[in-house]
Amino acid sequence: MAPVAPPGRTEGPTPLFGAYGIVKRFGDFTANDGVDLEIRAGEIHALLGENGAGKSTLMKILYGLLEPTEGVVTHRGDVVRLGNPEAARALGIGMVFQHFSLCENLTVAENIALVMPPALSGGTLKARIGAVGATYGLHLDPDRPVWSLSAGERQRIEIIRCLLQDPKLLILDEPTSVLTPGEAELLFSVLERLRDEGRALLYISHRLDEVRRLCARATILRGGRVVGTCDPRAETARSMAALMVGAQVGEVKPPSGMLAGPERLVLSGLTLAAPGLHGTALGGVSLTVRGGEIVGIVGIAGNGQAELFDALSGEALAPEPGMVRFDGVASGRLGITARRRGGAGFVPEERNGHGAAPTLSLSDNAILSRHATAGLSRFGILRRAAAKALAQAVIGAFDVRKAGPDPAAGTLSGGNLQKYLMGREILAEPGILVVNQPTWGVDALAAAHIRQALLDLAGRGAAVLVISQDLDELFEIAGRIAVLHDGALSPAVPAAETTRETLGLLMGGGEPVPPAPPPAAITPDLAREPTHAH
Amino acid sequence: MSLDIVQMVLVTIVAAATPLMIAALGELVAERAGVLNLGVEGMMVLGAATGFAVAVETGSTLVGAAAGAGAGLALSALFGILTVVLSANQVASGLAMTILGLGLSGLVGASYVGLKREPAPHLRIPGLTDLPGIGRLLFGQDGFVYLAFALVAGVGWFLWRTRAGLILRAIGDDHTATHALGLKVRKARFLAVLFGGACAGLAGAYLSLAYTPFWAPAMTAGRGWIALALVVFASWRPLRVLAGAMLFGGATVLQLHAQAAGLGLPGQALSALPYLATILALVLLSLGRRQGGSLAPAALGRVFTPHR
Repeated sequence: MAPVAPPGRTEGPTPLFGAYGIVKRFGDFTANDGVDLEIRAGEIHALLGENGAGKSTLMKILYGLLEPTEGVVTHRGDVVRLGNPEAARALGIGMVFQHFSLCENLTVAENIALVMPPALSGGTLKARIGAVGATYGLHLDPDRPVWSLSAGERQRIEIIRCLLQDPKLLILDEPTSVLTPGEAELLFSVLERLRDEGRALLYISHRLDEVRRLCARATILRGGRVVGTCDPRAETARSMAALMVGAQVGEVKPPSGMLAGPERLVLSGLTLAAPGLHGTALGGVSLTVRGGEIVGIVGIAGNGQAELFDALSGEALAPEPGMVRFDGVASGRLGITARRRGGAGFVPEERNGHGAAPTLSLSDNAILSRHATAGLSRFGILRRAAAKALAQAVIGAFDVRKAGPDPAAGTLSGGNLQKYLMGREILAEPGILVVNQPTWGVDALAAAHIRQALLDLAGRGAAVLVISQDLDELFEIAGRIAVLHDGALSPAVPAAETTRETLGLLMGGGEPVPPAPPPAAITPDLAREPTHAH
Repeated sequence: MSLDIVQMVLVTIVAAATPLMIAALGELVAERAGVLNLGVEGMMVLGAATGFAVAVETGSTLVGAAAGAGAGLALSALFGILTVVLSANQVASGLAMTILGLGLSGLVGASYVGLKREPAPHLRIPGLTDLPGIGRLLFGQDGFVYLAFALVAGVGWFLWRTRAGLILRAIGDDHTATHALGLKVRKARFLAVLFGGACAGLAGAYLSLAYTPFWAPAMTAGRGWIALALVVFASWRPLRVLAGAMLFGGATVLQLHAQAAGLGLPGQALSALPYLATILALVLLSLGRRQGGSLAPAALGRVFTPHR
C-alpha cells in the first residue's frame, strides 16, 4: 500500500474553501470529530467514506443545512458562518443531492425557479435553462413535470439549478448512484469541464474507480474523523478501501468449480400487465437458473425489476402457473407462503417497509418471513422463544451489529439490517433465492459479506437470482448476466464473455434485444433436460 | 318576466355559493401548502358568532366582518401552533378545532340569540342595477360576493404567478426537498393556515351578517364540511372552486325549493348531493388522469419535523 499523507493542513496557497476542526454532535453521537478539509479552485476533491463515516454531515455543514458544534468554515481564508443554504449559495456553493431535492408535481422550470432570484422567472429563466443546457450538453424541456423524467434527467435539473447560480464550489453527493454507465460518462465530461473552468468540485462517493478517474485529491473519513488524504490516481482501489473501512476488505472468492446443477428456477414467457400508472409491464421474460449458479439481472431502475421480483416472490401472480417454475413445480399462481414452503427465499429491495417492518423487533421480523418454514407458530400461537433463537442465530452467523438484545429493525444501520434480512433467508437453506439490490446503500465491508454469503449458498447447490443495478457487483459474483430493459429480458450470457460496454448499451435500450426463445418451445420435460453444460 | 325569475334564482344560488367559495379558497391555500385543516367548520361558526356580536355592538357590518375573520384567524393560529410548530396530527387537531369552535361560538353568541340586524348593504348603481335580467345579478350584490370573486382571481394569481405562490406549492408537494433547498417550510405553512382560518371566519361572518342576518347556534349547518369537499372536488384549483361552489350552492337552493314545492324527493337526498358529486368528481379525475403525477398536493396531511 502506498503511503498516505497524514491529516491536517496541507501546504500551498489559501484554499477556496476550508473547514477546520469541524465537530458535530447529535446528542451523544459525534458525527464529525475534528474534521479538516481544504478545497481548491480547479480541482475535483473526493470525499470518501463508508455509510455513517460522517460524509453527509460534513457536506450539510458546508451547504449550511447544519451548523457545526465546533470548528470553522473559511472562504478564501476568511471565517464565514453558513447559517442556512442561502448563505452558502451567496458564497457560491451549489449542491447536487443524492436524493434529489425536486418537487415531482412541479415542472422543470418551476423547480429551478424555486432557488433563483425573484427577478429571474418565466421566459427569461427558460431561455437561461436552454442556454446552459446547450453549453454543457444537458438537454431538458423546461415545461415537463418532474414525475415524467428519468433519474438521469432529474439529476440534470439539479446540476443546471446549480450552474445557473454560477457556483464556485459544487458539491455532488453520490452522483452516479442512479445513472446508467452512459449517463455517468456524460456527467464525468460535464464535471471535467467545470473543473477546467476553474470551479472547485467536492465529489462524494464510495465508488473508488470513479474517484480514481476524476479526482486529484481525496479526503477519507472513517467514524467521523479524517483518516487520510491522498492522490487517488497514485493509489489502488484496494488501498483506499482499506483506509475507508479500517480493515482489509476480503476479496470475494468465487467457488472454484461451478457445477451444472439441475434447472431449479425456470421462467417461461412470463408476461404481466403493468401494476399501475408508474409500473412496467413484463413482456415474455424467459430465464433458467440452475442449482449452483448465480445469475444476475442488471438494468436501470424502473425497467421492471420490482415487477419481476413481485412475480417471482408471489406478491404478483402470473397469468399462467407454468410461467414460473420452482424445482419443476408450476408456481406462477401460488402465494408467497406456498412458494417459501416449496424451498424458495426472497429478499426485496426496500429494507424498511418491505423486507422488514421497521418498528417491530428483529425476532418479530424473523416471524414475518419464516413463520411457515421454521416452525415459529403452533396452532396459530407464536413461539416467541423459537423466534428469538432464530434471530440470534442470524445475528451470530451474519455479524449483525445492533444495540440491545432484540431491537426494532428500524434502529439498525442499512448494512446491518440488510445482513440480517439476507441471513434470515439464507439460514433457511433455500433451494432458490431471489434477491433484489442486495447491497444497495450498504457499506463495502457488509457488501462483501453479503456477496460471499450468496456465493456460498450457490456453492451448496442453490439457484441464486440477483437483481442489481451495480454492474461491478454482478461481474464479481454472477456466472451469467441478463439485462432487463423496459420489461423485456435479454438472454443471459456468461459474465466472462461480455463487457460493461455491451451491457451498458443493452441497459439503455441502445441495441435491439435479440428475441427470446418462444415460450411454446419450453415444455416441462424439455425444460428439465440440460441444454448446455457449464 | 321569466327573465327576472331566472335572475332571482341565480341571485339566490350566488348567495348560497359565496360562503362556500370564501371558505374553500382559504382551505385551498392551506392544502396547497400541505396542511389539511379539518377545523374549517369550527372556524366558520366562530366567525359567524363573533362577527354578529361585534356588528351588533359596534353597529358596523364592516367591523363585524373583520372581527369574524379575526376570530377564524385566531382559532387557526391555535391549529397552526399544534400542527405546524408542534407537529401534531392534522386530522385529530382539525377535528378538535371544529368541536372547540362550535362550543366557543355558543359562548360568544349566547346573549345575541334572537337579535336581528339589517343585512349587509347591497351595491346600488342607478341605471345599471335596474337593468332587466342581469342588473341585480351583476350590480346588486353585497360586498362579500364581490370579495369572493376577487379572491378566486387573487388566489389563482398568487399561486401560479408569484414566487411566493410557487414556493407554497413546492412546499405542499415535497417538504423535505424544499427544506433541503433552504425554503422556510414551517413559516409558509403557518401563514397559509392563518389565511385559511381568516377566510373561514369571514365566510361565517357572511352567514350571520348578510345571508341570514341573525345568530343561531351551529348556523353554519355543515357548510365548512362542504367547503372541504369542494376543495377536493375542485382538484385544488381556484377556478374550479368557483364552478363547484355554484354547483353546490345550486344544490342547496334546489333542496329548499324542492321541499317547498313538495317534491317526492326527500330533502336529505338533496343535501347529500354535494358529497356525492365530490365522490363522482374524484372518480372521474383519477380515471382521466395522465400517466403519473398526483392531483392532490403530495405532502398533504403529512407532518414535517425538521432535524437540525
